[in-house]
Amino acid sequence: MTRPIIELRNVHKYYGDYHALRGITADIGAGEFFSLLGPSGCGKTTLLRAIAGFEDISSGAILIDHREMEGVPPNKRPTNMVFQSYAIFPHLSVAQNVGFGLRRSPMSGEEKRKAVAEALEMVGLGGYGARAAHALSGGQRQRVALARALILKPKVLLLDEPLSALDKKMREQMQHELRRLQRQVGITFILVTHDQEEALIMSDRIAVMFEGSVAQLTDPQTLYRRPATRRVGEFIGMMNFLPAKLSGETSGGAMVEVAGLGTAELLSDQIPEGRAREGSIGVRPESLTILHEGQTAPREANAEVVERTYYGDMTYYDVRPEGVDGTVSVSMRNMPGRRVSEPGERVRLAWDPAAMVFFP
Amino acid sequence: MGRLMRTDGARGLALVSPPLLYAILMLAAPLLMIVLTSFWTQNFMEIDRSFTLANYREAFTDPLYRTLMLRSLRISGLVTLVTVLTAFPIAYFVSFHVAPERKSLWLFLITIPFWTSYLIRVFLWRVILAFDGPVNGTLIGLGIIDQPLSFILYNANAVIITLAHAFAPFAILPIFVSLERIDRSLLEAARDLGESTAMTFLRVTLPLAAPGVLAAILIVFIPTIGDYVTPRLVGGSGGTMIANMIYAQIFDLNDRPMGATLAVCAMAVVGTIAVALILLSRRWTRTGG
Repeated sequence: MTRPIIELRNVHKYYGDYHALRGITADIGAGEFFSLLGPSGCGKTTLLRAIAGFEDISSGAILIDHREMEGVPPNKRPTNMVFQSYAIFPHLSVAQNVGFGLRRSPMSGEEKRKAVAEALEMVGLGGYGARAAHALSGGQRQRVALARALILKPKVLLLDEPLSALDKKMREQMQHELRRLQRQVGITFILVTHDQEEALIMSDRIAVMFEGSVAQLTDPQTLYRRPATRRVGEFIGMMNFLPAKLSGETSGGAMVEVAGLGTAELLSDQIPEGRAREGSIGVRPESLTILHEGQTAPREANAEVVERTYYGDMTYYDVRPEGVDGTVSVSMRNMPGRRVSEPGERVRLAWDPAAMVFFP
Repeated sequence: MGRLMRTDGARGLALVSPPLLYAILMLAAPLLMIVLTSFWTQNFMEIDRSFTLANYREAFTDPLYRTLMLRSLRISGLVTLVTVLTAFPIAYFVSFHVAPERKSLWLFLITIPFWTSYLIRVFLWRVILAFDGPVNGTLIGLGIIDQPLSFILYNANAVIITLAHAFAPFAILPIFVSLERIDRSLLEAARDLGESTAMTFLRVTLPLAAPGVLAAILIVFIPTIGDYVTPRLVGGSGGTMIANMIYAQIFDLNDRPMGATLAVCAMAVVGTIAVALILLSRRWTRTGG
C-alpha cells in the first residue's frame, strides 16, 4: 500500500444500544481502489457515511490526509460521494448538476463551462449538458453523479452501492468503466458493495465486514484463496467444507486428516483461525478435479456423482466422497473430448492440500 | 359496429351525466347568469334585459370601486405573504425535525382550530383583538403600553390577522407535502458538494418546494380576495373589501346588475393574476432549472 490517505483508528458507532461499528482500524492508501464488502446491516454504509461526514462516530478517529475529521462537516471534507440513489438534482440540467459544486471555485464562467464539458466527456456523456436531469436513464444518472463528484477533484471518492440499481449488462460495463476512470484520475475510490464478485473484479484491496467489524482486509486473490474465517470463505464465492482433524505438528504447519479425501500437510497460513483438533477444511469447487479414464494425480479419492448441472462452458457436479455423508461441489471446465459424468457414476477425485484452508 | 359504438357512447354519456349535470347546474349556469346580469340594468323593481356596457363603464371609472378593488388586492396579497411566510417554517419544522411517526399527529394538531366554524373563529378574533381584549389587557398589564392599541381591530390589519390565521393550514399542507417529497439524499449531495446548510436550503430545498409554495399562494390568494365575512366583522370601514361592495349593491342598493358586474370584474382580476403566477412559475422553473 502507498502512503495512507484515510486512517481509521478504532472507530466505534452506537445508535442507542445498537453497536453499528465495533472498533474499525484500517489504512486506505492514496490512489487505491478500496472496497467495503459485506451483507446488508454489516455497517459498511455507516462507515462510508462516517468518512463523508454524514454520521458522527461515537469514539475513535478518522483521519483524511493526516487531518483529524472530528467536527468537520461534509462540505469541508476532501471527499465526494456518489449516492446509491445518485441524488441527481431534478430541478437542474445535466450541466448544472455537474457544475453544482463549482459555485465557490475561483474559476471564471468560461473555465467552469469547460470543466463541466470535460467532466461529461470523461464519463461518456459529452453533449448531454443541456438535457434535463429527469430525462436520463439509470446508467446516465450514475455517470452524471460521477462527473459531478470527480469535477471537484476530491482526495477520496466514496461510492455507496453505485451499481446496485443497474441491470446486469449495464453493471458489468460500469464495473470496467469505474476501474478505468479510477486509474485515469488516480483518485482513491472507496466502494461499498454487497456483491462479492463486484468487489473482486474492481478492488485493489477489500475489507470484508460482518456485524460492524472487519473480518478480513486483503487483496482479492488472497481473500479468495485464503479466507481468514469460515464465514469469509462462505461469503466470498462458493466453498466446500469437509470435516477434518489436525493430527500432529510439522515444521511448517500441521498434518490434517480430511474426511473422504485423505491426509496431507497444511502450512501455517492455511490454518488462519488457530489450531484445534477438530474442524473442517474449506476447498473451492474448482480446486477439486474429476479425473477421466487413464488420468492420474498425486492425491486421489473415490467418489460418486450425485447431481450434475451443465452450463455449456462449465459443468457443476455434486459428488459424495467415500465415507462422507454430504456432497461437495466440483466445477469442471468442459474441454473438447472430455465426457460429462452422469449421476450414479463412480469417479476418482483429484485434490491438492495447497488449495485448502483449515477452520476450527 | 356502428350500433356498438352508439351503445358505448350512450353508456359513457350515462356514466358522466350525473357529474356533468351537477357541473352545469351548480357551476356553469350560475356563472352564466351572473355574466348575463352584468350586462343588464336595474330599473327600480324590474330588470331591463337590453344589452349594455354601462355597468362596466361605471365599474372602471368610479374611484370608489377602484379603491375597493385595489384594497382587496393589497389585503389578500398581504394575507398571502403573511400566511406563506409563517406557514413555511411550520411545514419545514414538521417535515424535517419531527420524527416520522409523529408527523401525522402534528398535522392533526395543526388542523384542530379548524374544527370550529369559520364564523365563530372570526368572532373570537374580534374578542381577542378588542379594546378590552386579552391582547391589549396583557400588553397593558405588562406595562408595555398604557393605551389600548387601536390599530388591531376594525381596520385592514385585523382583516389580515384573521384571514392569515384562517388560511394557515391551507398553506401549511401543500408546502409540507412538497417538502416531504424532497429526496433527503439531495440535501446530503449538496452538502457533500461543498455547500453550507444555508446554501443547501437556497439551492435545493427552496426550488424543490416551489410547487408547494405556489399552490399555497394560489389557495390563499384566490379565496381571500373575495372574502366577505371577515372584513364585515372585523374590518371596520377601512377594512371593507370588494365582496362587501358586491353584497351592498345586490342587497342594500338593490342593483343586482352592478353587483354582478363587480363580481365578474373581481373574478377576471383574480383569474388573470392566478394564470400569470402559474405561467411565471413555469418559466422560472424551466430557465432557473
